Amino acid sequence: MKEIKIFHNALKDVSALASKIKENQKKIIGYLCSYAPEELIYAAGFHPMRLFSSKSDIILAENHLQTYCCSLVRGILEDSLSGRLDFLDGTVFPHTCDSIQRLSDIWRMQGRYEFFADVILPAKLNTQSARTYMVDVLTRFKKDLEAAINREITDADLQKSIKKFNLIRSNLSKIYALQSKKPGIIKGADLYAIVKGSMIMDKDEVANLLPVIVNNLEKTDAPETKGKRIVLTGSICDSPDIYSVIETAGGIIVGDDLCTGQRWFEGLTLEDDAPLVAIAERYMGRMICPAKHSSPTARGENIVSLARKNKAAGVVFLLLKFCDPHAFDYPYLKEFLEKEGIKTLLIEIDDQQQNLGQLSTRFETFIHYI
Amino acid sequence: MSDKSSDPKKINCAKKMRDIMTTYYLDAMTAEQNNKQVAWITSGGPVEPLVAMDIIPIYPENHGAMIGASKMGEDLCIKAENMGYSSDLCSYARTDISIGGLPKPDMLICCNNICGTVLKWYEVQARYYNVPLFILDTPICHTRYSPEVAKYVRAQIDEYIIFLEKITKRKFDYDKMAQVGKLAYESQVLWQKVLNTTAHKPSPMSAFDAFFFLALIVTLRGTQIAVGFYKDLLAEMRQRIKDGISMVPNEKHRLLWDNLPIWYRLKWLSNKFSDHNACLVADTYTSAWCGAIKYTDKNNFLDSIAEAYTRIYLNIGVDQMANQVLDMIKFYDVNGFVMHSNRSCKPYSFGQMDIMRIVREKTDIPVLMIEADMVDPRNFSHSQVETRIDAFMEIIKQRSR
Ligand code: SF4
Ligand code: SF4
Repeated sequence: MKEIKIFHNALKDVSALASKIKENQKKIIGYLCSYAPEELIYAAGFHPMRLFSSKSDIILAENHLQTYCCSLVRGILEDSLSGRLDFLDGTVFPHTCDSIQRLSDIWRMQGRYEFFADVILPAKLNTQSARTYMVDVLTRFKKDLEAAINREITDADLQKSIKKFNLIRSNLSKIYALQSKKPGIIKGADLYAIVKGSMIMDKDEVANLLPVIVNNLEKTDAPETKGKRIVLTGSICDSPDIYSVIETAGGIIVGDDLCTGQRWFEGLTLEDDAPLVAIAERYMGRMICPAKHSSPTARGENIVSLARKNKAAGVVFLLLKFCDPHAFDYPYLKEFLEKEGIKTLLIEIDDQQQNLGQLSTRFETFIHYI
Repeated sequence: MSDKSSDPKKINCAKKMRDIMTTYYLDAMTAEQNNKQVAWITSGGPVEPLVAMDIIPIYPENHGAMIGASKMGEDLCIKAENMGYSSDLCSYARTDISIGGLPKPDMLICCNNICGTVLKWYEVQARYYNVPLFILDTPICHTRYSPEVAKYVRAQIDEYIIFLEKITKRKFDYDKMAQVGKLAYESQVLWQKVLNTTAHKPSPMSAFDAFFFLALIVTLRGTQIAVGFYKDLLAEMRQRIKDGISMVPNEKHRLLWDNLPIWYRLKWLSNKFSDHNACLVADTYTSAWCGAIKYTDKNNFLDSIAEAYTRIYLNIGVDQMANQVLDMIKFYDVNGFVMHSNRSCKPYSFGQMDIMRIVREKTDIPVLMIEADMVDPRNFSHSQVETRIDAFMEIIKQRSR
């Protein structure tokens, strides 16, 4: 499909993509976490872009972060220090894990880009005071943005932005739903490119492309594959190879609980509420990230229902080495799933390097066994 | 440590403290028989409302430290790993999750002002013990304490009290709270004064002693016992200064320590530095329990603790932490800075390299960074650390010539 090709091409060279965006007079604000209020950034006239590590060798970041920091955080810092992110006009750090919090400090002290904001969202998402605080923090962030652009962000701006993101999100949800219904109509690597592309490409372009893809997929018949249905869970999966390795081993990815997947785009923002309240509500109700709290068992129940809904034969944990929030949840999520008879596989990944040969053997064994 | 019976440098209060701690643990162990409720609480959490409600607080982190000091860390960490917990997780959490052994909690109180780890750790325990969990969410103050944070945390202090009332089925006693608040404040002031005595040359005690005497300010803050004890300790320190007793016999070099102690190597490290005539006179860790007293209003305790508990050392920006380090370097007049890069504690350790750079830019003292872990000895290379300390001390000696 030529629309999918566009996503693949966009990922090939992020700086080229960035220059294209800047040609349209747009400034780029980078972020590292799915709790970054993109609607606000976009409403301010900026282009919100999720940052991924280019996976280059760590040289300069060695002077700031020890080796026991996750490769995502180290990798992105390396990109920044070495100038690979010089296209950025600013960055936003929502509250996430301890590592990102410290990265925010290091980043701020470097002062490389014009705009900088911490959006210190609550860590617990199950109380009224947290809800109020969330709206307060978003209000503060809106003021910070307004100061940067020297004009007011109106409710109309916000509503327009919310509509745009809802369009993107709902279409991504449709693609996932179609894949789950007709497994194999879209390749894992394509799925990866579409989601990642949606996070970094021009939003208008994405909003135009996705409905076309949905349309085409709706007309596509389910292929004759007999792959085993797999759900992925973890923080990020920034490796298209993992998707293809799973497929070669006989699996089909039918859903995920990834920070760069469904956790990012599921759930719509109400369009006729007060905009900031609506954005806050979406975060409060969304599939939870392990760095946040809603109940001690929220993620366990969620992964079980996700696996069931997608009739998963197995769940693969893709955990980034040194990622504490996910590592803490792994034992109980596994237990919850296994109680339901759903098999699990743990893959510890390092964003920096991947031993594909070894991975494929492990996937083959797992998929054979489930 | 400094408590060999034949040692003239021995601090007398050490025995008193052991006795107090023993009584405290016995009380905790028998809480159920005495119809008392037990709350597990994070080391940086607001314990005072528990004390006011006559609930016994238990600190799994303190237990973790004891496990580390008694060199049981490795086995327990391995046990946690066999349960599926990654070896990269905080070793306090790993040991606690694997051992049990503490009195069963009736409730869990988790304040995330020290790290995100405790949030996950307490969720594990909430599932295991199936008891209510209260989270005091103290947003990190990268650059400032904003009005929205103030409002949010203050509201949670009230929620905390409602939570306690619900679980104990008793009304909260605000008068008792006021008393407890005063005692907590007083003990923190005393603890700061004890720590300040080491500005004297030579220093009457070392950071290794502070690591030991810290236990009371953590566990019994808000009680008369803690106030009485720290009064005695302060008096003893002042007497030592008067009598010219120093912890390191020939104190020539004064060092500042950063991060948690390496619990299973305390004695060795203490001797190592002492052999070089160096005393670790202060540290960033033990002062964390009094660093925020400037935000506490002892006459309006409940209102002020929101700020005091939010703006503690680990919950502020790295540049602000660096400023505190620079202040300590000046106040204690140290000529070297030793940083423990602690695999277990990411919020404490990430940013250390920037602090190191700032210290190097703003002072002329040498800085040493050693890689270890506070409880898990598998991440400690004895010979490497020894070589590095020796080399570091050589530099300090050359400079002081
Ligand atoms: S992968 Fe884990 S440790 Fe790394 S940034 Fe994400 S949540 Fe933090
Ligand atoms: S050692 Fe660090 S990570 Fe572990 S509980 Fe303490 S503050 Fe948290």
